[in-house]
Amino acid sequence: MAKNYIFVCGGIGCRALESEQLKKNLQREIILQGLSEEVQLVTTGCFGFCEKGPLVKILPDNTFYVQVAPEDSGELIYQHFIQKQKLERLLYIHPETQQRVTEARDMDFYKKQFRIALRNCGFIDPENIEEYIARDGYAALAKCLTEMTPESVIDTVKQSGLRGRGGGGFSTGLKWEITKKSAGDQKYVVCNADEGDPGAFMDRSLLEGDPHSIIEAMTICGYSIGADKGLIYIRAEYPLAIKRLQKALQQAEDAGLLGKDILGTKFNFSIDIRLGAGAFVCGEETALIHSMEGCRGEPTYKPPFPSVEGYLGKPTNVNNVETFANIPVIINKGADWFSNIGTEKSKGTKVFALAGKINNVGLIEVPMGTTLREIIFDIGGGIKDGKKFKAVQTGGPSGGCLGEQFLDTPIDYDNLIEAGSMMGSGGMIVLDEDDCMVSIAKFYLEFTLHESCGKCAPCRIGNKRLHELLEKITKGEGEKEDLKKLRALGTVIKETSLCGLGQSSPNPVLSTMQNFYDEYKAHVFEKTCPAKQCKDLITFTIVEENCTGCTLCFRNCPVEAITGEKGKVHEIHQDLCIRCGICYSKCKFDAILVE
Amino acid sequence: MVKLRIDNKEINVPKGTTILDAAVKVGIDIPTLCHMKLHDMNIENKPGGCRICVVEVAGRKNLAPACCTAVDEGMVCNTNSVRVINARRTVMELILSDHPAECLTCAKSGECELQDMAHRLGIRELHYTGEQSTYRMDDSPAIIRDPNKCIMCRRCEMMCNEIQTVGVLTAVQRGFKSVVTPAFQHDLMHSECTFCGQCLAVCPTGALTEVDETGAVIRALADPKKTVVVQTAPAVRAALGEEFGNKPGTLVTGKMVAALRRLGFDYVFDTDFAADLTIMEEGTELLRRLNGYLKGDKSVKLPILTSCCPAWVNFFEHQFPDMLDIPSTARSPQQMFGSIAKTYFAEKLGIDRKDMVVVSIMPCVAKKYERGREEFAVNGNPDVDIVLTTRELAYFLKLFNVDLNSLPEEEFDKPMGESTGAAVIFGTTGGVIEAAVRTAYEVHTGKDLPRLDFEELRGMQGLREATIDFDGLPLKIGIAHGLGNARKLLEDIQSGKSQYHAIEIMSCPGGCIGGGGQPYHHGKVEILKKRQQAIYLEDELKTIRKSHENPYIQKLYAEFLGEPMSAKAHSLLHTKYFNKHNLAHK
Repeated sequence: MAKNYIFVCGGIGCRALESEQLKKNLQREIILQGLSEEVQLVTTGCFGFCEKGPLVKILPDNTFYVQVAPEDSGELIYQHFIQKQKLERLLYIHPETQQRVTEARDMDFYKKQFRIALRNCGFIDPENIEEYIARDGYAALAKCLTEMTPESVIDTVKQSGLRGRGGGGFSTGLKWEITKKSAGDQKYVVCNADEGDPGAFMDRSLLEGDPHSIIEAMTICGYSIGADKGLIYIRAEYPLAIKRLQKALQQAEDAGLLGKDILGTKFNFSIDIRLGAGAFVCGEETALIHSMEGCRGEPTYKPPFPSVEGYLGKPTNVNNVETFANIPVIINKGADWFSNIGTEKSKGTKVFALAGKINNVGLIEVPMGTTLREIIFDIGGGIKDGKKFKAVQTGGPSGGCLGEQFLDTPIDYDNLIEAGSMMGSGGMIVLDEDDCMVSIAKFYLEFTLHESCGKCAPCRIGNKRLHELLEKITKGEGEKEDLKKLRALGTVIKETSLCGLGQSSPNPVLSTMQNFYDEYKAHVFEKTCPAKQCKDLITFTIVEENCTGCTLCFRNCPVEAITGEKGKVHEIHQDLCIRCGICYSKCKFDAILVE
Repeated sequence: MVKLRIDNKEINVPKGTTILDAAVKVGIDIPTLCHMKLHDMNIENKPGGCRICVVEVAGRKNLAPACCTAVDEGMVCNTNSVRVINARRTVMELILSDHPAECLTCAKSGECELQDMAHRLGIRELHYTGEQSTYRMDDSPAIIRDPNKCIMCRRCEMMCNEIQTVGVLTAVQRGFKSVVTPAFQHDLMHSECTFCGQCLAVCPTGALTEVDETGAVIRALADPKKTVVVQTAPAVRAALGEEFGNKPGTLVTGKMVAALRRLGFDYVFDTDFAADLTIMEEGTELLRRLNGYLKGDKSVKLPILTSCCPAWVNFFEHQFPDMLDIPSTARSPQQMFGSIAKTYFAEKLGIDRKDMVVVSIMPCVAKKYERGREEFAVNGNPDVDIVLTTRELAYFLKLFNVDLNSLPEEEFDKPMGESTGAAVIFGTTGGVIEAAVRTAYEVHTGKDLPRLDFEELRGMQGLREATIDFDGLPLKIGIAHGLGNARKLLEDIQSGKSQYHAIEIMSCPGGCIGGGGQPYHHGKVEILKKRQQAIYLEDELKTIRKSHENPYIQKLYAEFLGEPMSAKAHSLLHTKYFNKHNLAHK
């Protein structure tokens, strides 16, 4: 047995930063430096701290190296294992104290996190069932099948207070109970892995980092509701997650933990994978079911809910990946343990994909009730480049933008809705002073515009009109009436759309109007963009006293809108300028003014 | 029972009732647009897509669509609050903002449910305007598709997929770009479309209409060199009156004849004459196959299937190409008429077939496709030149200032205007087979029929069956209307489960009375039932009610054709079918 382990993060962020090559190099160095007997290399799921990837953790001493490049491999192996010293330069530097931090638990990024769903991500090799079992994997399933009745499993889940992590926030236990009580000769368990929010990778990381936890939870669900068939609906754009799931399913079956007569209890449960073609609306459970049935992926009116009439007309329990990931822990540690975490109505933790203008981009899991300030400033390390925080966008493309006044709001399902946003599946995008809120609203609306299925009129046409109004406003052609229209139309779309997508699609508009109305007014009445983002409302001019005549701006201008001679003050011709901002970003003398 | 309140009116309704249906019971008429329900026929469209029928339900955050929300105990609904009216009108404005405002020149003007709804909701101004959808028009010989007028109600899709199981129309693309179209946005002509026209029978707007051929008729009538002959299908007389304000089910046979004369047709004939001829041919074919079968001839295939319906012919050519030898080879009455008119009758008049123009008035749009089939032309001259639907005839009459209601009742011309009661019932589901039974029984048994009305063959159920005693031989008959029902019978034949000797199939729900060219029923199934009653009434009123007793048919055989199924009859009155299975999408 090896005495030391090197965990290399195999999450998508780190893979994008060459962690695959890093792994190969490390393996080569282990062999070259004669450490094959002592050191074992393991690829794990996502560590979460994507900002500092590729990440490497060494056990048993728990050293956490950040931004490890493939070419660092030789030095790292030599220093750490031969010299038995930490490789200082690859340790995390605390941004304030400038001290080197050796262990993850001492980093601000991890300190306030509490991992239930992500418990195994970054700790096990997701392609090895034994590593999952070693960390209590399948113990919950064994407990359910041998010690608990289906009813008591459902009771435990109900009492835990777990609510759907896909965005709806419906009580998971209650959903299971309804599916169980629905009449049907065949029932199904469906795992919704159609994660589609831009910038979100919670489900993906879970499936890539800990596929067995989902398989175990689905099997438990099948046992409790009386289903012997499970389906995982996952988007085809997640090939690694699919590959790991397939491998995990095979391993579980080979181990007698899936398939016929599981653990000798006569309980049968099998799981199939269904690939989605990437439509966002297929994350809506009825659309997802239609897609699995081979029909056009569009929602139908509820009720009937899938729990009563779902896949092929049979009672179907649809839960999101993260929801399932919590189940084995709830069974193992008990409902009370789980319900002690979180707020009064939202129990447990929530995984968020932290992105945008924030220092520590990554995947985090925090107890419900953590404030936005803690997430953004403590875990996230604050705003990039010392800029000022403006807003945080939660709930994916159809969530809302919350400004500074909401920073101390404890995050849970109900508080976010009250604030005009929503939990969604856990995307969290931070915006700074340079972001124009009207443009942001327009950006998100563009997404829903493309992803609307087109079935119901308010979503199909209403969002188009909403977008056209925003387009008009950002072009400086907005009128006073348009502001009224935005609100009125947004409200009607919310109230009349068929499914959750349409019902939430105007949220970015309505919430930015609620929280950043001044910016809308500036666009409409003063024809200015306070964040200086809307191209039709800004001009770039040369500040004569600062211009050194270096020619850098005019050499970089893509449309030859700048003229001038070396050493002489340049000029920007407004009729040619396309307001791309390249001159502004290139100028070293603050000689370009944006107004 | 569930108790609820709608607009402060208390009501008890059975569990599972929708708010929409419950409201009707207390006199509240919630507006609907995409919703359509043909009661008793199992045809319902309620995708919940248009959102016009939204109502307020106490305790719910959002407005609920009345058409697909089931009532709950203690539910409190409000159908006319400021919030509801505002939402409803806004949604309507949105739909109109993506719809061409060409009402004045739209083929559907006056019959358009979108137009009616805009009027009903008092839309005077569109507050939200912007880009409109632009799609290519799709022309075919029978149906014109203008996707720019599609409001995504999905009624056509439901008819095409669920009722007809043809599966040509479906929604494609997403969001603002979504539209209902054949696969890969191909033209209907390059799809498996049967041209049954049920899509346009239910389309609320002008997105699906028939090809207008009235211009061609006007030109033919104005040409002094042409002898213009018109034939009218049985179902037309039971529906045309509706276009002139008459109650559904008003028979206007005599007035229609008079009206056609006013238009200037040289001969006003009846497709019913050709229906009697069809019975002679198809009935004889049935008996030959039946007798062969009873004698143990293994080469004989049963059941025999009727072949009068052109959409049905298209359907099996596309979808059941391995069963082309099962349907009767008899041409449809329209084509038999054209064939006889341009041979027998043209000879009688002493004119060349090229100088004769045969116009059909049909309840059907597939007839427009059928008349263009190559096998129904001689040296490029078609047996039937122009097909007008019942609706087109109504427009035509109005254009020519003919007031149907004030006309006297006149008789069809001879010889091809004479028909029997057996022929007129071709216009409804069950009619063709009943007519065939009346003749086949007497020919087979050599005895007089003890009765003429076969109630067991009538009705509106999609699939029916009956056993008729042929003097000791129990003749098993199956009836299907709607192609989805036809599919079930065909699949039974394929799998060897079918027990029938003869099967009648009509593509349209209700048969020709519910054809795609009939006055719009706007979702009211009562209209179809009334038309059916009118058809049976005309049968009752006829003095001769058995096809083989039609003296002009007897004369036709004596003078021209010889025997039913003779070589001449074969070449003029029978056809063959083609495998079109893989023709689509080429």
